[in-house]
Amino acid sequence: MEHEVQRVRSAFLSGRSRPLRFRLQQLEALRRMLLEREKDILAAIASDLCKSEFNAYSQEVVTILGEIDLVLEKLPEWVTAEPAKRNLLTMLDEAYVQPEPLGVVLIIGAWNYPLVLTIQPLIGAIAAGNAVILKPSELSENTAKILAKLLPQYLDQDLYVVVNGGVEETTELLKQRFDYILYTGSTAVGKIVMTAAAKHLTPVTLELGGKSPCYIDKDCDLDIACRRITWGKYLNCGQTCIAPDYVLCEPSLQNQIVQKIKETVKEFYGENVKESPDYERIINLRHFKRILSLLEGQKIAFGGETDETTRYIAPTVLTDVDPETKVMQEEIFGPILPIVPVKNADEAIKFINEREKPLAIYVFSNNNKLIKQMIDSTSSGGVTVNDVIMHFMLSSLPFGGVGSSGMGAYHGKYSFDTFSHQRPCLLKSLKREGANKLRYPPNSQSKVDWTKFFLLKRFSKGKFSLLFLALLGIVAAVLVKNYQAALRRKGLLIFLAVHRLHCPISSDEQEISEPSSVKSEVGTPHFLFLCKVGHIGVCVLLVVCFYTASGLGVIEKTFSLFVCRHFGPWHRESQC
Amino acid sequence: MSGTEVKGVVKDSRSPSTLGMDPFSDTLQRLREAFRSGRTRPAEFRAAQLKGLGRFLQDHKELLQEALAQDLHKSFFESDLSELILCQNEVNLALKNLHSWMKDEPVAKNLLTQLDSAFIRKEPFGLALIISPWNYPVNLSLLPLVGALAAGNCVVLKPSEISQGTEKVLAEVLPLYLDQSCFAVVQGGPEETQQLLKHKFDYIFFTGSPRVGKIVMAAATEHLTPITLELGGKNPCYVDDNCDPQTVANRVILFRCYNTGQTCVAPDYVLCSPEMQERLLPAMQSAITRFYGDDPRSSPNLGRIINEKHFQRLQGLLGCGRVAIGGQSDERDRYIAPTVLVDVQQTEPVMQEEIFGPILPILNVRSLDEAIDFINRREKPLALYAFSTRNKVVKQVLARTSSGNFSGNDGFVFMTLNSLPFGGVGNSGMGKYHGKFSFDTFSHHRACLLAHSGLEKLKEIRYPPYTTRRKQLLNWVLSFQSCTLL
Repeated sequence: MEHEVQRVRSAFLSGRSRPLRFRLQQLEALRRMLLEREKDILAAIASDLCKSEFNAYSQEVVTILGEIDLVLEKLPEWVTAEPAKRNLLTMLDEAYVQPEPLGVVLIIGAWNYPLVLTIQPLIGAIAAGNAVILKPSELSENTAKILAKLLPQYLDQDLYVVVNGGVEETTELLKQRFDYILYTGSTAVGKIVMTAAAKHLTPVTLELGGKSPCYIDKDCDLDIACRRITWGKYLNCGQTCIAPDYVLCEPSLQNQIVQKIKETVKEFYGENVKESPDYERIINLRHFKRILSLLEGQKIAFGGETDETTRYIAPTVLTDVDPETKVMQEEIFGPILPIVPVKNADEAIKFINEREKPLAIYVFSNNNKLIKQMIDSTSSGGVTVNDVIMHFMLSSLPFGGVGSSGMGAYHGKYSFDTFSHQRPCLLKSLKREGANKLRYPPNSQSKVDWTKFFLLKRFSKGKFSLLFLALLGIVAAVLVKNYQAALRRKGLLIFLAVHRLHCPISSDEQEISEPSSVKSEVGTPHFLFLCKVGHIGVCVLLVVCFYTASGLGVIEKTFSLFVCRHFGPWHRESQC
Repeated sequence: MSGTEVKGVVKDSRSPSTLGMDPFSDTLQRLREAFRSGRTRPAEFRAAQLKGLGRFLQDHKELLQEALAQDLHKSFFESDLSELILCQNEVNLALKNLHSWMKDEPVAKNLLTQLDSAFIRKEPFGLALIISPWNYPVNLSLLPLVGALAAGNCVVLKPSEISQGTEKVLAEVLPLYLDQSCFAVVQGGPEETQQLLKHKFDYIFFTGSPRVGKIVMAAATEHLTPITLELGGKNPCYVDDNCDPQTVANRVILFRCYNTGQTCVAPDYVLCSPEMQERLLPAMQSAITRFYGDDPRSSPNLGRIINEKHFQRLQGLLGCGRVAIGGQSDERDRYIAPTVLVDVQQTEPVMQEEIFGPILPILNVRSLDEAIDFINRREKPLALYAFSTRNKVVKQVLARTSSGNFSGNDGFVFMTLNSLPFGGVGNSGMGKYHGKFSFDTFSHHRACLLAHSGLEKLKEIRYPPYTTRRKQLLNWVLSFQSCTLL
């Protein structure tokens, strides 16, 4: 293991992974892999989770393709340094924030979405220019195997390495030093990962789970709410970290909700759910037994059928669930939806806040005030109102937990930021040492005042703009006065050009005779007046253009220096 | 930089020395309840707190300056410049921008969510713990505090017990200016800090040494608390042959000796060619004489080492290599002269630890490549400096190394810019702060999507059973999503 990490690190140190072109090329290769080997990948996922190929495609592959496309499009923009605002002291310097790769990144994936939860972080890590060690979950072993087989065929083999293995290998892996660790999984293992990271001061992103509540207000379209909840809850057989874990609603709604979910389940998965190709199975026997134990002593409103041989658990709804029972103590991660009756929204908020911060909160309501209240007075990784799961699908939103549901966020630009170090850079010139005298000891009161002035004055363009305009006017006037002759010539030329454009030429003869006709006009007072107005206008325009285009900064700087000298704390100088 | 010298009495800002089983639980309970009540969330409350902090800085400027002079022998100029002004600046910036920082940030939507409203809400984490060190005891306590308060958190501040004078002012005076139900200062040494860290916080912000940083991070793991660690490191300073030695010497010496070298971002050692070294030494001597006079010891502008332990450590380092400039020390007032060491071996102690004192070793490298290689073989530093009149050289050092911060042709002037994030990478820390970055550090960025409750027909396509037609439709819509972020 140590050797493997060493190999990846030396590949990173070669600097190969840094150029933008290389990153884009690797991402394109990754996309090619997904497109060319789609069948193999889908088959692997299907065999791990009993997932239909269509589900595997729409839940996993599409998300990743979308992410790759987004990154390919935006990466050139993301990698460029971002200029930072300066103060008077650093006005003439270059200040910017340069994103740079961190080094060797460890990504530990989860089994419930074995492709998305390993490849999506990988995309961010590659985009940021890192070397990556990828550790897919050993529970989804077919996907793990196919990734180990395919990735080296498409990506740089030294920079991006797949390591497979169980708890032992992961423990060994975590002993190594990484520059970043992104872990997706359970809270308990999250703590182990962070403890290991602390030994090397490695920053971590932890994507953990939690019990995501779903509050249904009585003022909402219950039909639609139940359809959406049914979809989100039983997606991937409930094995989704952001699935609505339990429903909070007023007691009177309970029966209606049960009825509507029951109908929707029938609509989605047919009369016999067990035979539906769209319904998955529980990943392994251990989880199957765990979920089974959650059902003990509960009032099953519908569902509850199980089959150990195929690890099938039917879509189940529990009613009047006591918050103290086991099903309300741990993340369910299975197709069981407990309904906990609460008196009103305030009680629901209290209920949510008494527990650990969840990964997501869902609210169904038409009442905007209530929605605002729910969002304002709770905390969670993300929120979706009047729908479930959808905030995950939007790569412009950061995806991550808070409190016991994790730390850090990724997706889209946030992945790039997660795997980048935002390095602040300030580049000065070695010239103008005279101006730096201010900060060198020995010190005096006047130096303090000056420094204060320089540091505290944020260079605000608004304040100076009026004075600046006045100055510009003066400059323009002086220039006009000094270069009157030259400007007049130029003005005449421009006037001629304009004049020509306005008199369409019908024949060659006219063109030849044109200059003479102009000459004859030159003498008239009318023309002279026009000419004057024209050239003054033009020269003012020229001056303005010139300065705004090339010298705006310079003028502002010299002018502000001038202002400082005259309106700064100069009087102190004379005292010292 | 936590030491074991002083075991301060554990005190809550309100009730003096309660020596119960756990002196912190009451305080923390109180703060947590205050946060839960939601009173720290409104912008008005946050602004009032920030204004209070600003008033504290103005009203007690002399008190703070005296405390700093007592702790670190800091001249008023230095304490004004590096501590008070920067804090005031940060407070002003936060007050000015609070509303815009707090605003929900709308984000781009895709086809499926086109009619919904999607935004990022910045919400406070809850109870934040700020542990600050002794070298800039005001700055490194209050700068993170500004961010934490602006973000609407309740805050426990644990100033260093080593800078006693400032600790006292912060513990006794500062709470009077802030809402005491949402803010507390706790005092104590390493033992008390360990005990404090056993409690659950929602954010921990630590400034100090990598060694203690690991302890803090391990403690944070217990409750899965996100952290920012501002640690130190050996900051290299590369000097190219193409520069004016006097200018370089001025800048390097100034920033090396700033706060008597007890600065986490100070240039720790110089890398240059033997020829450049020959030219730099007289220039450095002249800079030291100009800055601190012929006898730096009597200069009011040079501070003293914080305590006996660090003094002993630094005195030991003076024996490394050959002393080219300075080298004097006096135990009685913990004085160490601005010192330049040459002929230093990489294996000597002075190159093994962060110096944190006015000692500057010069190491010789033959070329730029060797310098970059030298830097990359070591832990990632908090700051990296490169001096050259050739822009290409500076850019090359920047591109081929990694460090928390980078400064070309100057010292740590980037600290004065709150538009730049400040933070380490690798062994020099994680996370960043200053200005808006502080606010973001202490805020949870919560993804919010307010979907339209209608349009069920459109969303129908994602539901099973998946007929062939639905598959095609879904493929189409999703491929749309993947192509464009409308």
